[in-house]
Amino acid sequence: MALILLLIILVLLVVWVIAQFNSLVRLRNQTLNGWKQIDVQLKRRHDLIPNLVNTVKGFMEFEQETLQKVIAARNAAVSATGVADSAAKEGELSGALSRLFALTENYPTLKSNENVRQLQEELTATENKISFARQFYNDIATKFNTAQQVFPGTIIASVFNFRPSELFEVKDAAEREVPSVDLSLKK
Amino acid sequence: MISRNIYEQEGANKRNTLFIMGLFVLFVGFLGCGFDVFYFGFGRGGLDIPIATVIALMIGSWSAVSGLESGASRVLASCDAQPVDEHDPKYQTYRDVAEEMAIAAGLPVPKLYVIPDPDPNAFATGKDPQHASIAVTEGLLEKLNREELQGVIGHEMSHVRNYDIRMMTLVAALIGAVLLLSEAGLRSGRFGFGGRRRSSSRGGAGVIFLVLWILALILAPIIARLLAMTVSRQREYLADASGAELTRNPKALVSALVKIDQSVDPTRSIKKGTACLCIADPLGSNVNNKEGFFAELFGTHPPISKRILLLQAMSYEHA
Repeated sequence: MALILLLIILVLLVVWVIAQFNSLVRLRNQTLNGWKQIDVQLKRRHDLIPNLVNTVKGFMEFEQETLQKVIAARNAAVSATGVADSAAKEGELSGALSRLFALTENYPTLKSNENVRQLQEELTATENKISFARQFYNDIATKFNTAQQVFPGTIIASVFNFRPSELFEVKDAAEREVPSVDLSLKK
Repeated sequence: MISRNIYEQEGANKRNTLFIMGLFVLFVGFLGCGFDVFYFGFGRGGLDIPIATVIALMIGSWSAVSGLESGASRVLASCDAQPVDEHDPKYQTYRDVAEEMAIAAGLPVPKLYVIPDPDPNAFATGKDPQHASIAVTEGLLEKLNREELQGVIGHEMSHVRNYDIRMMTLVAALIGAVLLLSEAGLRSGRFGFGGRRRSSSRGGAGVIFLVLWILALILAPIIARLLAMTVSRQREYLADASGAELTRNPKALVSALVKIDQSVDPTRSIKKGTACLCIADPLGSNVNNKEGFFAELFGTHPPISKRILLLQAMSYEHA
């Protein structure tokens, strides 16, 4: 009798461990997917920037330095590795871009140019998509990390070697100053 | 209500929705049960199987299933919604904003539609987030700026994410079933209730049941609509809240609601049956803008002033 009871408890325990493990795996995959979504949007931004710079170059002869900075920040961002590094470099790029956008306000001919306007809408959309992808990644990664840290999930997590995901944090103070570009910073 | 946060509100909404679905099932079952007792003599030496109850529940589930499968395309066709061309620069912002909100919600981008109507309005429909559609009027695209449009699409995207679209399609189908059953009951009632049996065979409890059943038949259409409106209003509050969670910008939705509220014209191309699905009542009825018990009971949408108040409370928390 006692043996049967023990067996039942054992089976229940195994089922529970499997369920916990699977939910952690599911969360990890969602987190990875969330990270890829950010990547897709970042890549899109990197592709759009040379286009933008080429289009506005003719109109903004006096702002060569700003344009140079955008290109430099873009190249730095492309070669960034890891979550923290990438977050920092992308933050700098966002800052450089928003300075460029602020400057375009001084050039009425530029603002009325159909090409530039379309590029600007595309970049605004991409900026938004980056911040929303980041927001989603951070939400899901927080969920994943919490699941690993609460008891008894913490036992499963340490046995099967799950590691908490890094959050995409904004460290650059310059980026915090431009809430109109990056909606996620308003929080 | 104001002190509740988004997660508590979402939990409460899910419980209420289950409760209301249960009521619908009971109601449909009760209507069918009456047929069994009064026409087929179930439980009093007549048929041994509650055949009408089974049929009623079958009609209910059939309309639910067929509603889920074809409800969305019927709704879209009924308001003449046109699919958005992928390359038309006119709708660039609309497409971008929808994609942004899909990313924020972690869902696939819904199919996008435009309704040729100058009055600003929008709705979402479909059976699940993988088969969802969002439709907005031309007027909405014209009158709102980018951030406001984002607020509205965020609101619709949370209808998709919270499975409100499935819920409302189901409820619409069930209302259809209830109307059908009550109509059938009232028509057959003209030929006399329980004509085949002597009234002496019924006890006091039987009479009470009969009275209740006839009352239910008569009140069925009203009760069904009341239930639907309760579901719909709660869903609006929740979608406002979680839409703002997606955009992190409740103020944009507030100013969008103000603009939508200011255009008094009814959205003519949106039919009555679709009203529950829209961001603001397309019928232009005043009932939604009055506060108080009556309005709380009969409006498909909560008063816009109350929604704005709740959103503003939220934006102060964010600030």
